[in-house]
Amino acid sequence: MQFWIIQSLNGVAYGMLLFLLSAGLSLILGMMKIANLAHGAFYLLASYIGYSVVRTTGNFPLALVAGTLTGLGIGFVTERMFMRRLLGRTHLQVLVSIGIALIIADVSLVLWHGDPVTIRPPALLARSVDLWIMRFPAYRLFIITSGLLIAVVLNIILGRTRWGAIIRAAVDNQEMARAMGINIEKVFMLTFGFGSLLAGFAGVMGAPFLSVYPGLDWELLPLTLVVVIVGGIGSINGALVGSLILGLLDNYGRALFPDLSYFTLFVPMIIILAVRPSGLIPRS
Amino acid sequence: MKPRHALFTFLVVVLVAGPSLMAAPPQVAAAAGTPTPAASLPPLKLGFYGALTGNFASSGKDTLSGLTLFLKGINYTAGGRKITVIVEDTSGDPNTALAKARKLVEQDKADLLVGPTLANEGYAVRDYIDRAKAPCLFPVVSGDDITQRKRTPWIIRTGWTSSQPAHALGKWAYDQGKRRVAIIAYDYAFGWENVGGFQRAFEDAGGKVVQKIWTPQTTSDFAPYFPQIKKDVDAVVVAQSGGNAVRFLQQWDEFGLKDKYPLYGLAAVTDEAVLKSMGDEAVGLFTVLHWSAVLQTPEAQAFVKKFKEEYKDAPGYRAEAGYVTGQVIARALENTGGKPGGGKELVDAIRAVKISDAPRGPISFDPYGGVVENEYIRRVDRVKGELQNTVIATLPNVSQFWTYDPSVFLNKPVYSRDYPPCTNCQ
Amino acid sequence: MAWRRAQVLTVIVSILALGVLPIFLPSYPVFVLTSVLIFAIFAMSLDVLIGYLGYTSFGHAAFFGVGAYAAVISALRLGQSFWGSGLLALAVVLLVAMIFGAIALRTSGLPFIMISLALGQALWGLAYRWSTVTGGDNGLSIPMRPELPLIGRLESSLAYYYFVFVVFAIAVAALSLLVRSPFGLSWRGIREREIRMQVLGYHTWLHKYLAYLTSAFFGGLAGILNANLTGFVSPEALAISNSATAILMVILGGPGTLIGPCLGAAVIVVMRQIMSSVTQRWMMVLGVVYIATVMFLPGGLMGMMSRLMVRINSGAPQRSDRSQGKNVERTPATHIQSGGKS
Repeated sequence: MQFWIIQSLNGVAYGMLLFLLSAGLSLILGMMKIANLAHGAFYLLASYIGYSVVRTTGNFPLALVAGTLTGLGIGFVTERMFMRRLLGRTHLQVLVSIGIALIIADVSLVLWHGDPVTIRPPALLARSVDLWIMRFPAYRLFIITSGLLIAVVLNIILGRTRWGAIIRAAVDNQEMARAMGINIEKVFMLTFGFGSLLAGFAGVMGAPFLSVYPGLDWELLPLTLVVVIVGGIGSINGALVGSLILGLLDNYGRALFPDLSYFTLFVPMIIILAVRPSGLIPRS
Repeated sequence: MKPRHALFTFLVVVLVAGPSLMAAPPQVAAAAGTPTPAASLPPLKLGFYGALTGNFASSGKDTLSGLTLFLKGINYTAGGRKITVIVEDTSGDPNTALAKARKLVEQDKADLLVGPTLANEGYAVRDYIDRAKAPCLFPVVSGDDITQRKRTPWIIRTGWTSSQPAHALGKWAYDQGKRRVAIIAYDYAFGWENVGGFQRAFEDAGGKVVQKIWTPQTTSDFAPYFPQIKKDVDAVVVAQSGGNAVRFLQQWDEFGLKDKYPLYGLAAVTDEAVLKSMGDEAVGLFTVLHWSAVLQTPEAQAFVKKFKEEYKDAPGYRAEAGYVTGQVIARALENTGGKPGGGKELVDAIRAVKISDAPRGPISFDPYGGVVENEYIRRVDRVKGELQNTVIATLPNVSQFWTYDPSVFLNKPVYSRDYPPCTNCQ
Repeated sequence: MAWRRAQVLTVIVSILALGVLPIFLPSYPVFVLTSVLIFAIFAMSLDVLIGYLGYTSFGHAAFFGVGAYAAVISALRLGQSFWGSGLLALAVVLLVAMIFGAIALRTSGLPFIMISLALGQALWGLAYRWSTVTGGDNGLSIPMRPELPLIGRLESSLAYYYFVFVVFAIAVAALSLLVRSPFGLSWRGIREREIRMQVLGYHTWLHKYLAYLTSAFFGGLAGILNANLTGFVSPEALAISNSATAILMVILGGPGTLIGPCLGAAVIVVMRQIMSSVTQRWMMVLGVVYIATVMFLPGGLMGMMSRLMVRINSGAPQRSDRSQGKNVERTPATHIQSGGKS
């Protein structure tokens, strides 16, 4: 019994980490329909920068800020220089974002040599909590709470604020929004920036969990893409549900069917997508 | 010229010039420092190919660093013969490794190949090397069968086989009083071979492996596996490397398991390349490998000092392997007066090399292309604020077959997931 | 008309060059050219989906990989010859495509991209984990070459090159005929407006399904040829990077032209080989090339060339060409909006 409780808790922790990663992509891909395949690379870059900040200053909150700003910065540049000219042309978005991802990955290789590195959680969170048969790291509980917090914040912003309404209007119907005087370009730029900011934030939050190494960007990207799609394009809560399902599936898959672990992850996704192509919680 | 025209022209030039460029004389990427008037013999062309970009770049780069360090030290000359090096990048992809090996052999006419970096690259090029009769030294690739059941006279290792150190640890763990162990390892050939070697030696001595947990190659989270570990084992043996090793140890500690089980490490889990990213969670871990950066011999320390001066970090086993490869080549040339141009003569000369002053200690080659070397049992200690692999025991002259008769060994199947079978697993 | 003539001329010249040039080249460039032709087939097969049907697949490597694995496994474990293993592999590819197509074509647009990604990843994971069958990470090796009556085994690089060249020429011919056939035109109709096609009485699902199968068939063919070239297969053949490379080749070359993706394949394969020998930062260079292509050549290479032809035939190009019923300004790729269907 305790075994299952611990596995479930861990699945939720991993799912919450995925949510942190996918929330940004859910905004960009889900709401704005921009195929930014460099999202994983944004995460990677922010992770590495966070690592360097922690290494030199030992200050985790500072690293979080640095990573978040990295995400914002690179997202801003990407949107400004490339994405805004490619709205509606998915192929070209794919090509450009892969190009950007390649460049970011190679720059990271040059700057950080390619060795796997990790960030130690701040002392406050570095302890473990006793849970029956084993101890559970406090940092993972921190990730769970952070994920929930972000979900709540995003829901409030998008659902309750004027700004959220503007974003939703711009995404739902560009023409109408323009007619109502909304500056579409500005909305897209800010939303893209915000989504990338979340990727940067997730990069530093996730580093003590997943560590940082070349190839992480391409490992995470398929997972986040599937979460966004399965959860329902354009739905933050859908991404939350999708992440939790994915996290639990992954955890149980590894615990119960270690031989098929990667397979068990994608097959349910395929089934869900085939049965409900619009995702679990689509925007109505 | 408009940008699009410029791009078009560039592309046309690339397309047309492409094949022609490839037919052109090779680009020599690294050459001698001070030009020494060469003997009447042409330079020995060395073709290095490894993962210099991509996910495994740090491994390939380390090997190249070690090799370059040595060659620079002898001024790219040995036995009166100049050595030139052509460097190619495989990005850790087997298809690319094969293409690059072909390029080095067919286009650049390399006399000797050094590489690749990964086991799957090694298996991919093996058939080609055998067909092309291209001498190739494998500094790092440890797939057992390459010098066992799939051996070819053209491949000689200057590194290790996965099970080579593992046998040693199996015996040593038994000598330390361990009788029942659980193993948690990578679920692919590298992990299987490590585990197989450990299990064979451990059980032959009288121990029992009671659990084997296999983890996928890309495991970011080991937590699902921890609750499964049996309670009544004397020790846990882990076979993970690279980023997985960093995460494993961190999570092992986070989940409170460091205090519960003694931990032994295979698969170069605390190699210097990753040790620097680890913290206190690694202290006290026993591991086995044919190298340690704090091996207290004059040759080892001289190498470490030189390497640190040039590259700042302590050399891990891949860097040392590159260095030793250079040593072997140089010694082969010296022993034969610089004569062998390539082919069988070169291979024979290399096979006959015995070095007593390699950084890792004495090495020689067995008739199967494997290397015979010392294995060191190491323990991770924190000394002067830094982590290091302190050598606490030395097992000399360990071959890829451990203490077993090679023909008996080779008649059995290669170590795999199911071999040796886990007869004691409940 | 001039554009059309230029296209045909280019094709003829290229085929002649590809047929004659290799005799004078050393073995390594011949090897690279063989690789180029194989990836050209791969890219063309994906163009059927992206350029003609309008469906972007992010898991096309699945068919390449299945073809390669099936060929190697049947040669290794079932003792099949080149032809036997090839035919068996093609059958397996079609079987997989029939299953995947039935699942994936329930969606379109962005969900289709994702489901094709998921299908590709599932197979990749399978190749990694089912090591008893696939050899796992280390892959499987077996030297394979076709045997022809009278000529014998095509062992040398040049002999195999010509074999691949013949297959490539057949593939080009077959696909060209197919996309110009009423069948192929229906694909373009579906790409433009599926509803309209349905209203006109077409069984669009069947047409899409057959397009998918065609695409998979040629993709698998490329995989089989590659396995024979290298004598080796490993999970990289199914990896997402291989799918991404295929998409890049199509977009770089110009979707919807067949020849464009061939050019794209040539550029990417050759550039990779050359660049990686010249600089270690070649991945960065590649990234810059992709970005530059998007910013300066949105229609890919073919799009640029068609604009160049317009410029060469200058003098009110739009009017004269439009009067001939050709809308030259619409370069092959720009009308592919994609992502719009959901």
